This record gives sequence, structure tokens and C-alpha cells, in this order.
Amino acid sequence: MRMMIGQLSVIFGVLIAALTAAAFLIWLERRLLALWQDRYGPNRAGPFGLLQVPADMIKIFFKEDWIPPFADRQLFVAAPAIITITVLLSFAVVPFAPGIAVISPDLGLLFFLGMSSLAVYSVALAGISSNNKYSLIGALRALAQLLSYEVFMGLSLMGVVMLAGSFNLNKIVEAQRHLWFVIPQFPGFILFFIAGIAETHRLPFDLPEAESELSAGFHCEYSGMKFGMFFVGEYLSITLISAMTATFFFGGWQGPLLPPVIWFALKTFAFICLFILIRASLPRPRYDQLLAFAWKLLLPLALLNVLITAAIVLALER
Amino acid sequence: MWSIIKALIITFRHAFRQRVTIQYPEEKPYLAPRWRGRIILSRDPDGGERCVACYLCSAVCPVQCIALQATEDASGRRYPEFFRINFSRCIFCGECEEACPTCAIQLTPDFEMSEYERKNLVYEKEHLLISGCGKYPGYNFYRQAGLAIKGKGKGEGDQESPPVDVLSLLP
Repeated sequence: MRMMIGQLSVIFGVLIAALTAAAFLIWLERRLLALWQDRYGPNRAGPFGLLQVPADMIKIFFKEDWIPPFADRQLFVAAPAIITITVLLSFAVVPFAPGIAVISPDLGLLFFLGMSSLAVYSVALAGISSNNKYSLIGALRALAQLLSYEVFMGLSLMGVVMLAGSFNLNKIVEAQRHLWFVIPQFPGFILFFIAGIAETHRLPFDLPEAESELSAGFHCEYSGMKFGMFFVGEYLSITLISAMTATFFFGGWQGPLLPPVIWFALKTFAFICLFILIRASLPRPRYDQLLAFAWKLLLPLALLNVLITAAIVLALER
Repeated sequence: MWSIIKALIITFRHAFRQRVTIQYPEEKPYLAPRWRGRIILSRDPDGGERCVACYLCSAVCPVQCIALQATEDASGRRYPEFFRINFSRCIFCGECEEACPTCAIQLTPDFEMSEYERKNLVYEKEHLLISGCGKYPGYNFYRQAGLAIKGKGKGEGDQESPPVDVLSLLP
């Protein structure tokens, strides 16, 4: 019984932490973007404008939730749920601190990769079921982009797996006790982070949305809380990718003095800020450039990284 | 690659820059003396209305937001019976000020005139008239400088005052 209560508290703690983080990311992103653009951002509602988040939530809940008559109803409703569910499920394997994780499966890394692949469905189904040409183009782009970045996202993590000798996220963190994997696996880190940005379709890889050319791409027809779900899903996956970057390459919860959870939160926060900084400074590439970048440069690099890491690991073992 | 990193660094350095936003209600922006804001009707130095109801401002107004009716007082001097400016239409172009022969109508550095009801944006004469001379202190249209004749320069006669450069403040 006591174990079940502990388990439940961890589950709800993770859920609440992830959703709160996602909600406040909206505020954080606006404030940080404003800071880097010499503005203030939302600073009126409450201290530092923090009450902007509840205000936005109230607003979005009371918006008309419109389903276009020409849309495929079931898929249209299901699509925004899929992204939130898959990303939240990925949070199950994130090791927040020693012993604090919803589950700690031996194939945690593969679970994370699989869930992030499933998120593709959300974007694709949203675009197709909207029955709108902009949405369709957005979905098409999303599919091509996510599939091509998915490939070397997995490959970029293989170096980490080889060094740690496990797919278990806890063991990967433990293996970084003496040396963060960012040092032996620097190319892997860069590749994973680029793939992560593409996976969350954030700027500069926000071609599926591309508000300046596709109005809003795949979620063009969405309004109210359904649109909100896409937004929450996007911010959740930013948090997830940041948490995963911290876990795989920056020693997860390991760090001196401060408690492990704080270290983990700090590292995640730093990567979230990096996400926003990249959004603030880089322009969106052309579509063919994006795909050529993935297939012609990043995929060979990822393969090379796997090869070299494997060779070195083998040579050291001998 | 290097250019991307440079872009990130440049963006990050902006965090330490001065912010350009003016926190408006708490912090007022600087308004130039010639700012074209709320329109007023000024009085001459003796306290009388400057407006002679010539309709020039109303005629020149590109959005027809000025309405007035001329009338005469006992001494035969023209003045507006009513003078109405619809500020919900006004585009603050300043043409009326340029057209005014008596420097009566003037634009002032004030823009804080928001209202909850559209009707309240229609200003009548009592809202428009101010007690002072506005931008042209000491100027009175009915004073005259006369003409320069032999033995007397402009504005040196008995009932004459020195000439005024009426175009001095025009843009």
C-alpha cells in the first residue's frame, strides 16, 4: 500500500511538474524573447507578469472550440490529444533524481525514441484531417522533416548507449559520474540537440507551422483548447528534449552540493533557455535545405560518430 | 557554422542592452512642442475668442471632422455660434492650424483623450476653448500694423501695434 502511494505521488508529481513547466514556458519564452529583442514582454499581470499564464489559460478555455464542417471529425479531435499524451508518456522514463522516476525500464531510451516517433502522428493527422491546403502542406512538411530527423536522433544517442553500456536512463546517468558524456560525445550532443529542435518543430525548424508562409501550417484550423493542446504539447516536448539532453550528455541529476532534483531542473532550464535563444536568433531555412542538411550532412556525421565511438570502445576493451 | 554561433552570441548580448520600450502609463513619452495632438481654440491676449468663424479649417479638413456656425455679436464681429470637432474622425494632420488666419485653432502635445463612449469624442466649443493664447502669445488678429507710409514705419501709428510674423511657427 505504502509503495503504491509513493508510486502515485511520483506519477502525479511528474505530471504536475511537467504541465506547470509547460505552462510557465509560455511566459518564460515571451519574457526571454523580449529580453533579447530589447523589449519587456508581459510584465503587467501580477509580479513579473507571471499571472499572464492563468490569464492566457482562462482566455483559451473560453474561446470557441470550433470544428470545421469539412474536417474529418474523429481524427481532428484525436490529433491534439496524441501529441500531449505521447510527450507526457515520455516523461515517465525521465530520471529526475536517484529513484525518482515513474518507471525505469531497461529500454528507457528506446521508449523515449518510440514515443517521440509517435508524436509525428499527431502532426500528420492534424494536417490531413483539417482538410485545408495549408494544413496539408504543413503535415507533408512535418512528416518529411520529422522522419528524416528521427533517423539520426536515434543514431546520435547510440554513442551514449555504447559508452554507458545500457539503454536504461538511470544507468546512463550513473555512468556519467566521472565524466559527462558531452565531452567524449560532443558531436553526438550537437546532433541530438539539432534533431531535438526539429522534433519539437521549433524555430529554425518550424517549417510545418511556418506562420509566414502557411498561416499556421498543420494547426491552421484549430482553435480554443485544441490549439492549446498543440501548444502545451510543443512546450512539453521542449522540456522533454531539454531534460533528455541533460540526462544523456550533462550528467542528469549529478552535481555537487545541491540536491539532485535541483541539479536536474537547473540543467533542463539551461537547455530550455538555449532553445529560446536559438529561436530568437536564427532564421528559418528553405525546405529543401532543411532536408539536404539532414540527409547529406547530419546523417553521415551521426553514422561516423557511431563508427568512431564503437571503434574506440572496442579498442579500449581489448 | 561560425555565423550561427555568432548570431547566438549577438542575440544573447542584447540581454544587457537598454530596453527601448517606454512603460507608458507610468513613464510618459517625450512629446515635441510641435506635436500634433488634441486640438484647442485659443483666445487673444485680451481674453476674447480668436476664432472669426471663417470656415477655412472646416473647408480644409480632409476628413470633415470640424463643424461650426458663424454668427455676429452686437459690434458686428464674427464668432462661431458652435464649434464642434469630432475627434473620432480627426486624423491630426494639422491642416486646420495651417489654414487658420487668426491662429485660433491649434494642435497641442497631448494625445491622452481615450473615451469609453464614442459620443464623448465629439468636442464642443466649451471643451475646445482654452483661456490662454497657446503657441502665439501676444498675437491678436484685430490689432493692425498698418502700412508703411512716408514718415511712419509699419506699426508705428497711433492705433497700430508692431507687425507679427504669422508664419513663424508653421512647419
